[in-house]
Amino acid sequence: MQWETVIGLEVHVQLATRSKIFSGASTAFGADANTQACAVDLGLPGTLPVLNEQAVAMAVQFGLGINADIAETSVFDRKNYFYADLPKGYQTSQMYHPIVGPGEVEVSLDNDVTKRIRIHHAHLEEDAGKSLHEQFTDETGRDMTGIDLNRAGTPLLEIVSEPDMRSAKEASAYLRAIHAIVTYLGISDGNMAEGSMRCDVNVSVRPKGQAEFGTRAEIKNVNSFRFVEQSIAYEVERQIELIEDGGAVVQETRLFDPDNDETRSMRTKEEANDYRYFPCPDLLPIVLDQAYIDHLRDNLPELPAAKRERFESKLGLSTYDASVIAASRDMADYFEEAMRVCGDAKQAANWVQGELSAALKREHLAVSQSPVSARQLGELIGRVLDDTISGKAAKQVFQALWDGQGENADEIIDTKGLKQVTDTGAIEAMIDEVIAQSPKQVTQYVEAEPEKRGKMIGYFVGQVMKTSRGTASPQQVNQLLKEKLDALV
Amino acid sequence: MSDHTLTSLAAALKNGDASSRELTTDYLKRIERAEPTLNSFISVTAEQALASADAADKSRARGHAGYLTGVPLALKDIFCTQGVKTSCGSKMLDNFIAPYSATVVEKLDAAGSVSLGKTNMDEFAMGSSNESSYYGAVKNPWDLSAVPGGSSGGSAAAVAAGLAPASLGTDTGGSIRQPAAFCGITGLKPTYGRVSRYGIIAYASSLDQAGPMARTAEDCAHLLSAIAGHDVRDSTSAARCVPDYASELGAPLAGLKIGLPREYFGDGLAPAVESAVRDAVKVFETLGATVCDVSLPHTRYANAAYYVIAPAEASSNLSRFDGVRFGHRCDDPEDLLDLYMRSRAEGFGEEVKRRILIGTHTLSEGFFDAYYTKAQRVRRLIRQDFLDAFDEVDVLMGPASPTPAFDLGAQKDPVSMYLQDIYTIAINLAGIPGISVPAGFSGGRPVGLQILGSHFAEAQLLNVAHQYQQVTDWHQQRPAFAKEID
Repeated sequence: MQWETVIGLEVHVQLATRSKIFSGASTAFGADANTQACAVDLGLPGTLPVLNEQAVAMAVQFGLGINADIAETSVFDRKNYFYADLPKGYQTSQMYHPIVGPGEVEVSLDNDVTKRIRIHHAHLEEDAGKSLHEQFTDETGRDMTGIDLNRAGTPLLEIVSEPDMRSAKEASAYLRAIHAIVTYLGISDGNMAEGSMRCDVNVSVRPKGQAEFGTRAEIKNVNSFRFVEQSIAYEVERQIELIEDGGAVVQETRLFDPDNDETRSMRTKEEANDYRYFPCPDLLPIVLDQAYIDHLRDNLPELPAAKRERFESKLGLSTYDASVIAASRDMADYFEEAMRVCGDAKQAANWVQGELSAALKREHLAVSQSPVSARQLGELIGRVLDDTISGKAAKQVFQALWDGQGENADEIIDTKGLKQVTDTGAIEAMIDEVIAQSPKQVTQYVEAEPEKRGKMIGYFVGQVMKTSRGTASPQQVNQLLKEKLDALV
Repeated sequence: MSDHTLTSLAAALKNGDASSRELTTDYLKRIERAEPTLNSFISVTAEQALASADAADKSRARGHAGYLTGVPLALKDIFCTQGVKTSCGSKMLDNFIAPYSATVVEKLDAAGSVSLGKTNMDEFAMGSSNESSYYGAVKNPWDLSAVPGGSSGGSAAAVAAGLAPASLGTDTGGSIRQPAAFCGITGLKPTYGRVSRYGIIAYASSLDQAGPMARTAEDCAHLLSAIAGHDVRDSTSAARCVPDYASELGAPLAGLKIGLPREYFGDGLAPAVESAVRDAVKVFETLGATVCDVSLPHTRYANAAYYVIAPAEASSNLSRFDGVRFGHRCDDPEDLLDLYMRSRAEGFGEEVKRRILIGTHTLSEGFFDAYYTKAQRVRRLIRQDFLDAFDEVDVLMGPASPTPAFDLGAQKDPVSMYLQDIYTIAINLAGIPGISVPAGFSGGRPVGLQILGSHFAEAQLLNVAHQYQQVTDWHQQRPAFAKEID
């Protein structure tokens, strides 16, 4: 039987506010345990939440970024459940009236295809603290659990998609698109390793062509693009196998274990909490007027989809290059600066996608950490475009810039003597030398079928370029060599 | 001492007739004499009180003194008070030393008043008799076999016995007005949002409100001016300026339109209470007020709505008492679930558990709409009843409670206890202010007249009560118990 996978994602994005969503405590990552938890975060008796307006603005910006309706009135609800790292015994969230209504995101897939994924809604909520199960024992050596409430009260935007994805690839592409939007907007640092973005993945399978959805499993707290793909791949296989063996998928919450590359059951529907949602009486509804929303809309940066479209239609980049570069705001900004300096979009895209990306990948650096600045790269490309250096020499210059051997391309071209030789006399002299030193190859060339000679000329070009240490203009070398060799026939 | 009002003490301090240390010392002595019998305090903070009194005296000597500087007060043990045990009347918080002060406590500190201690109360403010306190029942100074009312029973009894000139209470469904009525003092529940809730241990967040309890409306006016106002730490506090309530007490009542809600004079109202209230209304007529009947048609649904909404909020508000970070923790928990179950089973009393169970049930999947959503609709109708009534009249009057104080142990089942609040509960649901003033006696036990006003009409309520107290002396009566400890 042919199976179809159906996937929906709930993405939790930590908003980049300085203080928490309902208190003045700092949200900075990595502080000593419980040093960033104030009376409100500890849920001390009598404390009350006060909404951080910055978190509201960020949620609205996201909503505008996905062309969603922004709720004029949204309401915080309490989600009640007991857990040791949930100080108040409830999480303040938005169940019935979320701040961001339906919207959609355009996602680029591998084969230059884009797909629209609908977003059901996005709502604001507070994060819980962390339970640390591994480091503590009591005086008798019994295992204990530590509670760190630094994260408690950190603002989260939970973005809930429709079940529109049909493969692990689509799911991770969607997650990348969300990542791109929130980092473009500057509303999250998008750092998945630090937990700034994590998601719950809802997966089900159904026979191809069937309209109803299958029973879904929810994989909790997946925190990397790779794990999203891996966990879905495992889960799909598990579900299909289960059904084909005559079993049935049960609705349940599962955990992904990346070490063993599998998902494991956490709790079934029967064991699920009844969260007893009700409107939080300590917080007033959020009421937004149109002027406020318009102001935020007017100040939105250009978002990935618009940028990709502009790169393609105005700058002539391929769909692939445009989407890869536009996927990251830092990368897009770098590209645009290099392009501005050199004046050639395609060349700039080639360099950014080629040499630069390879070097960054090799050394595990983000584009913001690149030792070669966009301006330096732009100037370097400029020197290729005005024939000062050859493409081959340019790679040497790039490496030298990367290694910090000079301030700019011109300086390195000078000190390394990489300026392209275009003087016909000098190139002819080098050609004559190579011909004189390669009698065997010359004889082969002369005796070869005319249509095979084109390929054989490569050897001589290589030798001449080597003699010139890469500085000879390849076009001229080619042309002059052909003339000279053909004269010997 | 038991004769003194807050206003007379403030005058004595101002004129140099007494120092705060003298007053504080006297009140501490009275507390020491009364407490073995009355049990109106959970904590008496003598040392801190004397230190604040000395600071107040010094401050006054330097010429820095406000109206309340040096005036001793008592605070219900629901207000977080930095460095002082704040138990909320519960075993759960018997070990809880608040690490911060409630906004109203900060305001009183800034005004220079002296806190004598923390008064007894029904556990987590859930009760109408003060019998649900972990620290034992409080006795009514007028009759030691009677309850003082609740939940602010300790605050009311302490003022009635002259253990403090005034106190702060909180009122979620009548918890200031009913004990004020039972103890023959004046107690005001302000408009929801008038006083910050920050630092007040929450019972039902959409209903809780702190207010003054004192011998006179004038005293309440001074205290309300000190504690009211917007607080950035409480989103539900109102961003409205605070009048000087005491300076607005002079207005004559000629032309005042008084409405008597028919529903507040029905079955279950003790005849002696009804006649005391009707007599009080006649006094207002002699002051130039006109009286008419009005109707608040949804009154009969108020108790049902309240006992859905308040327990629902409470069940959530009290989830934080889990034995993890503060409060009671059971010995040797086996695991997290055991820690929760035993800490809460041991830490909470019967009435608290009952309301948590009710609230948890009404919020549950499948019941939420039938209970909570419907109760909120009823709440809007009740509020509208009052808004409609205030289109016709200036204030409403009726009894604060269907009976005078009942005997300790008299209310055996929870529902009959809940019915004690039938005249006070709707006021919290509507968010309007209400005041209870002494208006007579029945069998030696005080009767309270309740006066209700529209949202933020505290100045008017206080003035109406004050004018009544200018021509009556119910509020000046003293219980024999208070005289015994003079």
